[in-house]
Amino acid sequence: MNSSISRNQKIGRFFLYLLLIILAAIMLVPFIWMVTASLKPNKDIFVIPYQWVGFTPRWQNYVDIWIKIPLAIFTKNTVKLTLIVTFLELLTSSFAAYAFAKLHFKGRDALFLAYVATIAIPWQSYMVPQFLFMRKIGLADTHLAIIILQAFTAFGVFMMRQFYEGIPDSLCEAARIDGMNEYQIYAKIMLPLSKPALSTLTIFTFVNTWNDFLGPLIYLTSEKKKTLQIGLKMFISQYSAEYGLIMAASVLSLIPVLIVFLSLQKYFVAGIASTGVKG
Amino acid sequence: MTAEMNAAKRKRQQALVAYSFIAPNFIGFAIFTLGPIILAMIMAFMEWDGNNPWKFVGFGNFQNIFTDDRFLAALKNTAVYAVFTVPLTLIMALALAILLNQKIKGRNFFRTITFFPYVASLVAVAAVWNMLFTPAKGGIVNQILINVFHMKAMKWAAAPATVMLTIIMFSIWKNMGYYMVIYLAGLQGINQELYEAASLDGANGWKKFLYVTWPQLKPTTFFVVIMLTINCFKVYDIVYMLAGGSNGVVNKSAIVLVYYIYEEAFRNWKLGTASAASMVLFVIVLVITLIQFRGEKNYAND
Repeated sequence: MNSSISRNQKIGRFFLYLLLIILAAIMLVPFIWMVTASLKPNKDIFVIPYQWVGFTPRWQNYVDIWIKIPLAIFTKNTVKLTLIVTFLELLTSSFAAYAFAKLHFKGRDALFLAYVATIAIPWQSYMVPQFLFMRKIGLADTHLAIIILQAFTAFGVFMMRQFYEGIPDSLCEAARIDGMNEYQIYAKIMLPLSKPALSTLTIFTFVNTWNDFLGPLIYLTSEKKKTLQIGLKMFISQYSAEYGLIMAASVLSLIPVLIVFLSLQKYFVAGIASTGVKG
Repeated sequence: MTAEMNAAKRKRQQALVAYSFIAPNFIGFAIFTLGPIILAMIMAFMEWDGNNPWKFVGFGNFQNIFTDDRFLAALKNTAVYAVFTVPLTLIMALALAILLNQKIKGRNFFRTITFFPYVASLVAVAAVWNMLFTPAKGGIVNQILINVFHMKAMKWAAAPATVMLTIIMFSIWKNMGYYMVIYLAGLQGINQELYEAASLDGANGWKKFLYVTWPQLKPTTFFVVIMLTINCFKVYDIVYMLAGGSNGVVNKSAIVLVYYIYEEAFRNWKLGTASAASMVLFVIVLVITLIQFRGEKNYAND
């Protein structure tokens, strides 16, 4: 009896790990293929059977890509936009969220409702008038437009406010009695306490801005202003047969996201869990 | 009297401080989000090419789009995309969450690799997919079809019959990790005593899922369905990457709502038609959101 249970368990374990291996293959093969293909000359990429290991790596792909397209400029633009947007988003969101969560004033709830309501409105349904307005005030084909587009999201305010709601009001009261003004309370008490929420918002904003496609596609027309994503897409369209180079550029574009993701991952999962479900 | 005046003055001051906190975000938000939203609603009833003066056309734009083949195709494709992507992603995400909620070696590693495609840049991973799923016989996926399953090579995104299939598969692969994380959080919120009680009643794994896990996860599932459905109606870039030709034009077999809006506005400069299509998108998402609100109220009442 006992031995049959343990045998069943063993079979169960076996299938469990088999499933995990299949899962790992499905998730990882595209990335492994990407890296290996980025180190091959074009003619070897669609050779049958595909050589996963034991080929001579062609590092030249990673040199050529910088010459073939202005990858350095694209990268610089994306890094610049991502850093500014992330900084502004964190600052203005946490600032506004503090008032929504900890201060009492007329019209607070109505204003907050307006914020929350717009989260549900897809950007795609008002991107056209938004562009026309930006063009009117001379912001077409500028990085400033992309920054404005991304840096004042209702989502950020909502997320930070949910987090601040969880911090006891008595903490602020005590600080007020100690003679701190609201700005000091925000800077010295709330900000240090909200690291998990700030980290989650950082990843969301970083990843969204870094990977954004439709925004830059609509706004940025001159080549020296383009971001990595549309630059990459442009390159893929122009040199669709340069498989090795396309893959090298793709690998390069993934590295920063990978680093940010791995270093802040712990917060990310916790952040989705707390903002996603409880809403 | 003076005390009252002081109190009123303090209140005003407090309000000013509060507004100063909100102002930096709100000004940007009001000008660049709230304004355009109102403008979009007006423009749906106008005819405009971006240069000449506006012309009021009533429901003309809506009449135009609902007789436009491309718009109807976009509506149909978006619906097909949602109908398949929502349940399949949900099943995969739930299965993965249950699998990766168990005590297994390398659990964090498996969670990380499942989640990574979600944050990975779309252009890069779509480029890989296009090469793995190349219509040529030499592509890895076609090689597997031929050698392992003894099937014929398929044309994937290059053929009208399989282009949506390719897009749906890609979408599931890329996004299931995100919903898995949401499900993981839901699973961790289930009271373990319920499982112990079920064990005492002699329930096996499947019964535990049916009578404990699934009902307990109902609010999570509801949230996931709504999020998935809304995101399906907003799909654009996946289609552009996988089905767009070298000039980025998507043909009728794969065109989706947001692509139609983009095309009408920025390629054809028919801003009124684009706005009318935007309103259709807006109403669809609004209806889904309202369903969510009602559903959430029901759970709160339970």
